[in-house]
Amino acid sequence: MPVAIRFGSMRAVVCLKRVPKTDTRIRIRSDGRGIDTEGVQYAIGPYDEIAIEEALRQKEKAGAGEVVVVCLGPGDARTQLRDALAMGADRAVLLVDESGDRDALSTGAALAEAVRALEPDLVLFGKQAVDDDGGLVPAAVCESLGIPCIGVVTKLELKDRQATAHRQIEGGHEVWQAPLPLGITCQKGLNEPRYASLPNIMKAKKKPLEEKPAPQAECRVETLSLSLPPPRPKGKIVGKGAAAASDLARLLHEEAKIL
Amino acid sequence: MGADVLVFAEQRDGAFKRSAFEAVAAGAVLARRLGGSTIALVAGKGICGPSAALAGYGADRILAAEHPLLERYSTDGYVAVLAAQAKALSPAVIVMAATAMGKDLCAALAARLKAPCAPDCTALEIEGGSVVATRPVYAGKAVARVKLVGAPAIATTRPNVFTAPAPDASRAVKVETVPVEIPKGALRASVTEIHRTSAKPDLTEAAIVVSGGRGQKGPENFPVIEKLAAALGGVVGASRAVVDAGWRPHSDQVGQTGKVVSPQLYVACGISGAIQHLAGMGTSRVIVAINSDENAPIFQVATYGIVGDLFEVVPRLAEEVRKLA
Ligand SMILES: Cc1cc2nc3c(=O)[nH]c(=O)nc-3n(C[C@H](O)[C@H](O)[C@H](O)COP(=O)(O)OP(=O)(O)OC[C@H]3O[C@@H](n4cnc5c(N)ncnc54)[C@H](O)[C@@H]3O)c2cc1C
Ligand SMILES: Nc1ncnc2c1ncn2[C@@H]1O[C@H](COP(=O)(O)O)[C@@H](O)[C@H]1O
Repeated sequence: MPVAIRFGSMRAVVCLKRVPKTDTRIRIRSDGRGIDTEGVQYAIGPYDEIAIEEALRQKEKAGAGEVVVVCLGPGDARTQLRDALAMGADRAVLLVDESGDRDALSTGAALAEAVRALEPDLVLFGKQAVDDDGGLVPAAVCESLGIPCIGVVTKLELKDRQATAHRQIEGGHEVWQAPLPLGITCQKGLNEPRYASLPNIMKAKKKPLEEKPAPQAECRVETLSLSLPPPRPKGKIVGKGAAAASDLARLLHEEAKIL
Repeated sequence: MGADVLVFAEQRDGAFKRSAFEAVAAGAVLARRLGGSTIALVAGKGICGPSAALAGYGADRILAAEHPLLERYSTDGYVAVLAAQAKALSPAVIVMAATAMGKDLCAALAARLKAPCAPDCTALEIEGGSVVATRPVYAGKAVARVKLVGAPAIATTRPNVFTAPAPDASRAVKVETVPVEIPKGALRASVTEIHRTSAKPDLTEAAIVVSGGRGQKGPENFPVIEKLAAALGGVVGASRAVVDAGWRPHSDQVGQTGKVVSPQLYVACGISGAIQHLAGMGTSRVIVAINSDENAPIFQVATYGIVGDLFEVVPRLAEEVRKLA
């Protein structure tokens, strides 16, 4: 990818996915290979919201630039792109794919093609989409673009086209450095996403939203079945108040064999 | 395509975590099914000695990729090593543990090799010559079985789910060093510092987790939870309400947008049991709930519940636990 040198300006692209809201009760479709979408409400992925917020903040810090949001999904994902525009993104691109039969690599390749044309300094992702919980798409996009990617970031600082990022690991964090252009995947703790103000919601309606069909997909990760996890065996209320503590300790010891 | 299984065994500072042994053992099961061998790969510096231990968990060959630039993890460095070995060995399957490092590496490797990948699996099988993986989706609210078409198929194993058998001391394998080529400037992104915030195991690795929720009333009351965690030998977690209020760090959050934990024992104190919280701990072997509201949803998943004021129940429970210890 050409290294665009733009001092004092930040062009950030955020990849966001339309996902069922996290309080959705999952029901399985009658063919047993997907979820029953009847009545399901959708939202921008919670980590993707953090990515949008970070892009807006980095642009604000740079003083100039552009934040473009890109989504591959059904036509209905327009709603989520409008939500991102209402948060403050400047324009949106929707790669329309009604089928949903894609794996992370083909999603990544399609997104990369759209992102490349935007010549970004920074490409931001959520650390994972909360539907497939895969965490594979960001690396697929960045590999296609030929840029490095730092995953699970909780702090990001840019200076002289160099990024310093904190990446969460077990029991601590690592400090990473990389030059722009760069991909990062966002983790909770990086920032607190803003709410869209009413005037911004109105303004968002007039911002550009480009739609084009997503390129043909290949899918080498085939879903054979989707099912609900086995229900937990019914538990019991041991008792009320502090007096029940000794019974509980005994059950943990004798029945659950934990202590 | 071969029938071998290549397992990346993660080490830090020359030490393997149990999840690395679990990955080797899981890989060995697949290799047996495929009629191939289990090849463990270790990357780092000064790792030949400790790597010999992998034989006991089922490795038929052990490859050590030694290089000063591999002393610390980097996506670019490690993916270069794995991609080179995948090319040289043509394995049918590549396995690693779904740790912070493994998740990062498997995504980059899948992208580099254009290989199908199933991350964070809870079961792996071979059906008709293909890898079929079972993996929780929607934060554990559903379970998918997916078939990986093509080779190498990449899968990561969720820690604490696959069992690492007691090591077989009679198995001995000579560690082979493999050539490593990392051109100057190849590490575009690299680690400059590592900060450990706690010497305790991470929430995701802990056998016992004691979590506090909004019922805790304020950050000053967390010692109540900490004392129970200490008595049980566990670590402290929290609900999102607590983290959002700034009472605990983000890294303590359990749930759909926090950490997904699957300990032997999970104790929820003053946590209502919102669907997003349940998604993060619902697969724990034993769940204990302590809540003053007998209608709190957490009681629907709790193995054992006590209805009561946590400020009275939790200290008493800590005392009773200490008595038994
Ligand atoms: C996009 C999104 C993502 C989310 N992700 C997560 C997540 O990852 N993890 C998560 O936890 N939440 C998550 N949530 C939030 C979730 O919906 C709940 O708001 C949250 O879990 C509630 O936390 P809580 O149980 O501590 O607080 P509350 O729901 O307020 O419950 C407090 C409980 O304490 C009890 N209590 C009060 N006083 C006492 C006492 N003295 N003794 C005993 N019990 C007492 C009460 O009866 C009550 O049940 C998410 C929400 C959204 C929208
Ligand atoms: N269909 C999509 N459209 C746009 N961005 C996506 C899409 N799928 C995944 N992403 C991005 O990649 C991140 C990780 O997704 P995943 O690899 O599916 O867990 C998400 O948080 C998004 O930022």
